[in-house]
Amino acid sequence: MMRTYAGHSDAERSNELYRRNLEKGQTGLSVAFDLPTQTGYDPDHELARGEVGKVGVSIAHVGDMRTLLDDIPLDQMNTSMTINATAAWLLALYIVAAEEQGVPKEKLQGTTQNDILKEYLSRGTYAFPPAPSMRLIADTIAYTVEHVPKWNPINICSYHLQEAGATPVQEIAFAMSNAIAVLDSVRERVPEPLMAEVFGRISFFVNAGVRFIEEHAKLRAMSQLWEQLGHERYSVRDEKLSRFRYGVQVNSLGLTEAQPENNVYRIALEALAVTLGRDARARAIQLPAWNEALGLPRPWDQQWSLRLQQVLAYETDLLEYPDVFEGSKVMEGLVAELVQGASAEMQRVTDLGGAVRAVDYMKSQLVESHRERWRRIEAHELTIVGMNRFTTTEPSPLTGDADGGILVVDPAVEAQRRRALDQWRSTRDGAAVDTALRELARVAAADSENIMPATIAAARAGATTGEWSQTLREVFGEYRAPTGVGTAAAVSSEDVSELAEEVDRLSEALGRRLKFLVGKPGLDGHSNGAEQIAVRARDAGMDVVYEGIRLTPAQIANSASQEGVHVIGLSILSGSHAELIPAVLRALRESGAGDVPVVVGGIIPEADADALRAAGVAAVYTPKDWDLNRMMRDIIALVGERRDAPAAARA
Amino acid sequence: MIAGPPDGRELGARLRGRDLTVAPAVLNLVENRAQEARRQTEILMAAVSPAALGAEAPAHIVGVTGPPGVGKSSLVARLVAQWRAQERSVAVLAVDPTSRRSGGALLGDRARIEVDAADRGVFVRSTAAGDRLGGLAPATRAAAGALAAAFDLVVIETVGVGQSETDVADLADTVAVVVQPGSGDVLQFLKSGIMEVPDVLVVTKADLGQVAERAMADLAAALSALGSPDTQVLAVSSIAPTSGIDALVEAIDAHRAAIDLPARRLRARRMHALAEFAAEHGERGVRALGGRRAARRWLAEQDPGLDVSTLQRALQTLSAGGRP
Repeated sequence: MMRTYAGHSDAERSNELYRRNLEKGQTGLSVAFDLPTQTGYDPDHELARGEVGKVGVSIAHVGDMRTLLDDIPLDQMNTSMTINATAAWLLALYIVAAEEQGVPKEKLQGTTQNDILKEYLSRGTYAFPPAPSMRLIADTIAYTVEHVPKWNPINICSYHLQEAGATPVQEIAFAMSNAIAVLDSVRERVPEPLMAEVFGRISFFVNAGVRFIEEHAKLRAMSQLWEQLGHERYSVRDEKLSRFRYGVQVNSLGLTEAQPENNVYRIALEALAVTLGRDARARAIQLPAWNEALGLPRPWDQQWSLRLQQVLAYETDLLEYPDVFEGSKVMEGLVAELVQGASAEMQRVTDLGGAVRAVDYMKSQLVESHRERWRRIEAHELTIVGMNRFTTTEPSPLTGDADGGILVVDPAVEAQRRRALDQWRSTRDGAAVDTALRELARVAAADSENIMPATIAAARAGATTGEWSQTLREVFGEYRAPTGVGTAAAVSSEDVSELAEEVDRLSEALGRRLKFLVGKPGLDGHSNGAEQIAVRARDAGMDVVYEGIRLTPAQIANSASQEGVHVIGLSILSGSHAELIPAVLRALRESGAGDVPVVVGGIIPEADADALRAAGVAAVYTPKDWDLNRMMRDIIALVGERRDAPAAARA
Repeated sequence: MIAGPPDGRELGARLRGRDLTVAPAVLNLVENRAQEARRQTEILMAAVSPAALGAEAPAHIVGVTGPPGVGKSSLVARLVAQWRAQERSVAVLAVDPTSRRSGGALLGDRARIEVDAADRGVFVRSTAAGDRLGGLAPATRAAAGALAAAFDLVVIETVGVGQSETDVADLADTVAVVVQPGSGDVLQFLKSGIMEVPDVLVVTKADLGQVAERAMADLAAALSALGSPDTQVLAVSSIAPTSGIDALVEAIDAHRAAIDLPARRLRARRMHALAEFAAEHGERGVRALGGRRAARRWLAEQDPGLDVSTLQRALQTLSAGGRP
């Protein structure tokens, strides 16, 4: 199956995009939701500011879902939804929208990602604490196995673990441990004879990096472990139900902003990792666009990715042979090694009480692996062509266009969405919504009942994404995931000794230790970069305040002021920097910390960087600034300069 | 903070006027080890001393301590919410236990103490620990002493069980030790006398039911055997649905009402002077005083009216072999 991950702005514009993609030969939908939808906030919530329609489509209620799927035959469609914390809700909206098209839920095909543990570990779009989140997952699985039998209720994601720095062994082990936690939760909620069927509904969403031989071995190892798990732990006898099924999005972590055209080759090689051997071939493939590290891809960029899949499938002889690795000593050896390493790591997670309880452990392991990867890049032990080696380049004609080679979401979308939501609220039957939400709250509190029927009823009544989530937040409580940075090992001291001396000297001059706030404003949960900055700054001798993701500008300003920091680093990868960064600067001025210099890192196009600097940002870093020590030196110098030129003396 | 140290006298006056917005500047000053800043800190401390205030500083200084991972920060967050509901202002000094590597520290506690950013009645500051694990930096003592003039509650959150919690006991009016059910270490520390009996013992994760009840029974039995049957043992749950927070707030208030506050504060000032001295002169300096124990004894004999900096100067003179 061929898909591209797509969706932006509102339902109407995304619907147009989907229909166009289907005409080009795409065989399924892959819906990208914006961050407010993913984290359960309506477009008019404070935290939604700057994020509405940015990284995906904004869906606030059944009316939006109806528009999104307009004229798309849902009885023939296979729809993948990248949705987790609010998966139960979006699935309910999908079921109701299909029902309105006259398609019964028994006919629906598709996938909800619905994997919360990797949200805590890497992606950050969680909404509720672990225990009730696992219950929501178990409920959607139990419900779909019975009522939406062709649906894949969950996609266990190892993809984001690799993005967060996981080694192949960690990727396998943490994903399998996660799957065990999910299956064990479902086991408590369905009759035991159904467990084989449940096992068969579980699919995976994996990553494939550019080391494509090892990556292929990883998939064979996962296959082997999964079948073993099915037989041994869940007594699955039917071979069809115990098969390892996976979809894939190839690696984004390894895509570079420097010489982005090279990413095309990387993507092609990564695609081979998941297609070469028939015995471990992906069932669905999504390829990223070559310019992901620059910003949101345009339709043309996505088309280019789709064409790569079509060349592989229809021009090459890839699909003509049985498994080409059968009998390969090298492949067998690699697989055995990975299975052994992963089994040991799975045992460690089991010893800690299973994946839910081991979130802290796994997170710190990922931060540590990522730190090690970054150290190797900086030490030139790991070559990234065009980034830390072979960096001389001709000017690229691909990024020279007026739009800088990326898609920019119309900033008016957010205001339009707010207005549309007001209108929705004023025209629906408010009493019916209240009744449905009260029932939802009751079911949520009664752990023994399945959440889906009440959720579907609320969707039908016209409740909003924010209302559904807020009802559950009130029952389940809120949650902040571990940051994993506390226990990360330090880089070997030679790497930072010069920096540490500079920090010591400056701290001496300041009278107290250089204090650095690393902040992630908004809903963007991609915290890997921020975590690495925080750890490196600590290694360089700074006192680092890092509060994790999802902070409002007011919270960041409050922390900066109360903590008395000397400098602030903000990280945003979701494209909402143009709104959020100025909002943080304003909040800083209001809380009396307007003097504190601010640096910004993220996926920030050059034109936006100029605007940010004009607004008062001291420096802007993008993925091409991969040398963290250099960044640290800049930050130290910045604080030093500001100290020598006190606020009063500046113009 | 960037343009020269603020004026200690002015900060003191604003604290006396219960101006809470001055808290960040106070912390920036007391953490500053530069000479001029330290002079200003002395002036500040004198400006909020009992002599200047005409009484002990009004705040209730509460220490919250316990082993890592027992849920101290979640508990503090719930306590802060409860105190705010009673319209009492709160300053939290979260001492991060992370041992300094190459001098740096990751201060992560703030993330776990969730408060309303718009609420001016709450101040949270993370600080790195002192030289010993769980030990308090002199700045934390100064900060607690100063903020006590303006806030209704000053909370010092530290990690540790055993030796390290004595630091916070030196400083706080009330010490709550937090433990989780099923971990026997606190019980062992209590029985073996490594740990002083806390003012309030809090068993977290009350939602664990039976396990929590058993832990409470064990602790109560141990306290009884140690001759401290009056120490309150309370069970709380800091995660939704929360429980036991009201009772804990009442127990903390009740303890404050029952103690000899001036005596506790006097001891805190003396220990603060010693900590300042040790930070300045190191272990060698402490040895010149005849060791910590002797220094404490000597301090106990001094005029109760002396403020921290006077005591500290006296210690300096003493260590140099002179008569104070």
